[in-house]
Amino acid sequence: MSEFKQTFNSSLGKKLIMALTGLFLCTFLIVHLGGNLLLFKDDQGFAFNSYANFLTHFPPIEVIAYILYISIIVHAVYALVLTIKNRRARPVGYAVQPKSDASWSSKNMGLLGSILLLFIVIHMSDFWFVYKYDHVLKFKEYRTDLATNVTTVGEYVPQVAEFERSISTENNVEIVRVKDIHARVQESFSKLWYVAFYVIAMGAVAFHLLHGFQSAFRTLGWVHRKYQPIVYFFGTWFFGVIIPLGFAAMPVVYFIQSLSK
Amino acid sequence: MNLTLKVWRQKNSQTAGKFVTYKAEGISEDMSFLEMLDVVNESLTKKNDEPIYFDHDCREGICGSCSLYINGHPHGPKKAITTCQLHMRTFKDGETITIEPWRSAAFPVIKDLGTDRSAFDRIQQAGGFISVNTGGAQDANAILIPKVVADEAFNSATCIGCGACVAACKNASAMLFVSAKITQLGLLPQGQPERYSRVQAMVAQMDEEGFGNCTNTGACEAECPKEITLTNIARMNNDFFSAKLFREEGVHDHVGGE
Amino acid sequence: MSLDAKIPQGPLAEKWSKHKFNLKLVNPANKRKYDVIIVGTGLAGASAAASLAELGYNVKSFCFQDSPRRAHSIAAQGGINAAKNYQNDGDSVYRLFYDTIKGGDYRAREGNVYRLAEVSVNIIDQCVAQGVPFAREYGGLLDNRSFGGSQVSRTFYARGQTGQQLLLGAYSALNRQIHLGKVKMYTRTEMLDVVLVDGQAKGIVTRNLKTGEIETHAGHAVLLATGGYGNVFYLSTNAIGSNVTAAWRAHKRGAFFANPCYTQIHPTCIPVTGDHQSKLTLMSESLRNDGRVWAPKTVETAQKLQKKEITAAQVKEEDRDYFLERKYPSFGNLVPRDVASRNAKEMSDEGKGVGTTGLAVYLDFAEAIQRLGEDTVRAKYGNLFDMYYQITDENPYKQPMRIYPAVHYTMGGLWVDYNLSTNVPGLYAMGECNFSDHGANRLGASALMQGLSDGYFVIPYTLGDYLATIGPKPVDKNHPAFEKTKQEVIAYNNKLLALKGNKTVVEYHRELGHIMWEYCGMARTEEGLTHAKGLIKALKADFWKNAIVTGENDEVNAALERAGRVADFIELGELMVTDALARRESCGGHFRLESQTPEGEALRDDDNFAFVSAWEFKGEDQEEELHKEELIFENVKLSQRSYK
Repeated sequence: MSEFKQTFNSSLGKKLIMALTGLFLCTFLIVHLGGNLLLFKDDQGFAFNSYANFLTHFPPIEVIAYILYISIIVHAVYALVLTIKNRRARPVGYAVQPKSDASWSSKNMGLLGSILLLFIVIHMSDFWFVYKYDHVLKFKEYRTDLATNVTTVGEYVPQVAEFERSISTENNVEIVRVKDIHARVQESFSKLWYVAFYVIAMGAVAFHLLHGFQSAFRTLGWVHRKYQPIVYFFGTWFFGVIIPLGFAAMPVVYFIQSLSK
Repeated sequence: MNLTLKVWRQKNSQTAGKFVTYKAEGISEDMSFLEMLDVVNESLTKKNDEPIYFDHDCREGICGSCSLYINGHPHGPKKAITTCQLHMRTFKDGETITIEPWRSAAFPVIKDLGTDRSAFDRIQQAGGFISVNTGGAQDANAILIPKVVADEAFNSATCIGCGACVAACKNASAMLFVSAKITQLGLLPQGQPERYSRVQAMVAQMDEEGFGNCTNTGACEAECPKEITLTNIARMNNDFFSAKLFREEGVHDHVGGE
Repeated sequence: MSLDAKIPQGPLAEKWSKHKFNLKLVNPANKRKYDVIIVGTGLAGASAAASLAELGYNVKSFCFQDSPRRAHSIAAQGGINAAKNYQNDGDSVYRLFYDTIKGGDYRAREGNVYRLAEVSVNIIDQCVAQGVPFAREYGGLLDNRSFGGSQVSRTFYARGQTGQQLLLGAYSALNRQIHLGKVKMYTRTEMLDVVLVDGQAKGIVTRNLKTGEIETHAGHAVLLATGGYGNVFYLSTNAIGSNVTAAWRAHKRGAFFANPCYTQIHPTCIPVTGDHQSKLTLMSESLRNDGRVWAPKTVETAQKLQKKEITAAQVKEEDRDYFLERKYPSFGNLVPRDVASRNAKEMSDEGKGVGTTGLAVYLDFAEAIQRLGEDTVRAKYGNLFDMYYQITDENPYKQPMRIYPAVHYTMGGLWVDYNLSTNVPGLYAMGECNFSDHGANRLGASALMQGLSDGYFVIPYTLGDYLATIGPKPVDKNHPAFEKTKQEVIAYNNKLLALKGNKTVVEYHRELGHIMWEYCGMARTEEGLTHAKGLIKALKADFWKNAIVTGENDEVNAALERAGRVADFIELGELMVTDALARRESCGGHFRLESQTPEGEALRDDDNFAFVSAWEFKGEDQEEELHKEELIFENVKLSQRSYK
């Protein structure tokens, strides 16, 4: 067995993989939230649709996206492998459940992770897959007068079936024609059960990261009494509160908006 | 006080065990938990019944023999003590107490509440030492060690090897135990030459013994009778990755390994 | 039979170096042809196993615990002495030697004690090299403290867990040799007999405590490092498993047992709460630096306290008897261990003891708290106060501690010569298991020193001499002596297992403990000891008739283990009483009421008793025969101690 294989097959090696993929997914969340905040821009989805279009057509992002998908799969698979190994380490359980002081989230990472995996599958099939491979999405055309910087919106019906997007400038007017994922978002987030599922999933994100973020640092061995409080603070308030709240706000706000329509 | 005990009874490692209920009567609250079991055992012996087997020795919280998983806690509900230091005044009259052995694939039950913890010894044998022979040591004061480092190494060295960390961990992981030794020797100047081979050798042996993986829940730290901290595990991780990814030393570069 | 201690001739300081040179060596290539059996894995056993394996011998190491790390050396709190003179306070090898001889009330060999002091410095070096985390000063140098009333600071320590750290150091050295295949470790294995071939120790018989299997092991030499026998008193600071069985069975095969009556009783232990008590917990004697010892002046007050009708605080100052301060005005509460212990017992015997059992006196910190403030007291003794609170549920900041003496260490043990060899060739004894270096009383922080000295620095030299003499021819395990001894052990165990009476082994043990404590404890008399002897004989007879031993041999059977140990304790108890009767003087841990100074101090009789008593087993229920090894003092002048 090569030394690297040995390293990553060891108990600590598997933990290292969990930690590295986990932290990578954490950084992705920051970017994802940043982008999705465009949903709150009152521009009939111009910014958001452009952003979605950018993500799917800018090659370096594509590469990172694939790393991301692999990370999710590896994180999930290793979690499963580790869980099975951990279960085997205690073939006979206790009659009285352990009452040790340990946070609820740390003891339920598997459950939380499973919710998140389910969420990711649904989320991606509803948005990412639909956007990329399904041809059900309509197109929008945003015309921006470059002189006045006023944007008007209209439907666009592609001439050819393979149409993906176009950006052109005619008479000092920039015309952007893109898939209207924004409409899909509006539609999805008008369903109560769907919004509820999203909010629950974001709760799961909160608890998963509440433990996961600082745990990753421990696994990597980056624990120092001077920096540990910072990691805790960041893990708790940023990843445990702000990020999940930010994400959860989107379906909630859209749902409330849908009520007034 | 009178108590009801639900005790795990198992003849040996080959047979299946079950809970048996006993009455513990006339228990004084000044008794230690093990003395309470002594009383029960005396009454069983008088009836020519087999007394309950449990490991114990020093009865002052340092040898690490005693174990017992009491009402969901290794070493009972109080913090920073072992079972032998747990007194019956912690319990209420009439209470039911469930007593189980440590549960871990690596710690098979040998009888009743006693388990075989030799896996811990094998991990220590794999590398938990400094390779010096008797006789050749330089003057003790030739090695200067900052007090803060000596104290920190001492904190890790107080581990009594009881296995409560494994018992408390939802994954039955032994990493708190293993990391305490690695940290003690890894912090001290004397431990440096073998620091990166030691961590590899001990982790490899730990994996072989069938312990689970650490998920940093901190249950071990909370239940450790000697309050060994989770930071030890982080230090072990750091040394291990450093050894595996950046150092020259291999697993077998230890103890003149052939 | 004459006892030759084999002390080398020549000036004291040169004895050991000269002796080392004169000892025969085993050729390096031949070392691997020798098998050495070591029983016990405490400081002496583990350090010897590691050191001999490093030299190249094949070592088989045995312990009854589930891991070698659990031997009771682990529980030593205070520290380890060494004549390093790091503190520049006038310490030297000679001073440590002198203090040890004097502390032992002139009942130890000069040669042995000097060697102990000499190698003490190497022990510290060795332990530090192994990674033992001794306390350090801010400059990174090792810290020392003074201990047990010593005039110099020569005690190295690792908080209150020095024994643990030293043992883990020796355990790690042992582990290294196990890893290298030079030591074969047998845990949960109890030695039950020695196998003698032509009068030489060639093996042992053991019981596998997991399966019950009785096995034989052969070796060129058998080294016992099986600890002390304080548990003969039932209650002591020893571990529950600590026992005399290995040493006693060796004694019954011919090894002499020396000075069995020398027992150290520690004054500051947490008192007994009732018959259920299984063990006594020691608290550092440093507490006496600031605590004042007292008992109520009258029996009436004591009874009220015992019945909890009043609290200690309600006893008026004039109704309190600060008996140590009253009797020993110059030393006060800091009198030596034996004096403090004896006085506490006297108070209780007069009915002035406190606590529900009446077996305790007060150690009061009220004055110290007033003088120094609670924070200072907490900083000095916080961990001890916490421990006390944990066990007794009484807050020593608010009410006085209750203390009572408890058996702590036994200076007696198997007789050994300068080479640590018993009178049986090939059978060695190390650590607390031998009688060696502490005389009639041991200094604080010297037990760890002796264990490691024997294991690391003495036996590796002296054993080679014997092994070179007998040659590397393999031990014939087919010799009939092995099977014969094994069958005898099996028969003995079966006899124990056949006991189906009505009294538990623990009850016998407790009863033995009461007898020993009462008559062979802190104060002994001709009359009491004679009475005790009769009681013990009767107890032995009763044990073999009415004891209950549950279960079978072929399983984990703690009842059988305990029964064998208690049976041996009963026999040892009788020998202790015999020894105490024979020694018609007081010295160190042995106090005969008939032999005291007008001030109530131990009065030695150097003209008639400056010898080591070595007892020879003459057969079941026979009186043992006393052999005397005269003690010769060439360097120190014998003097009478006084603490008035």
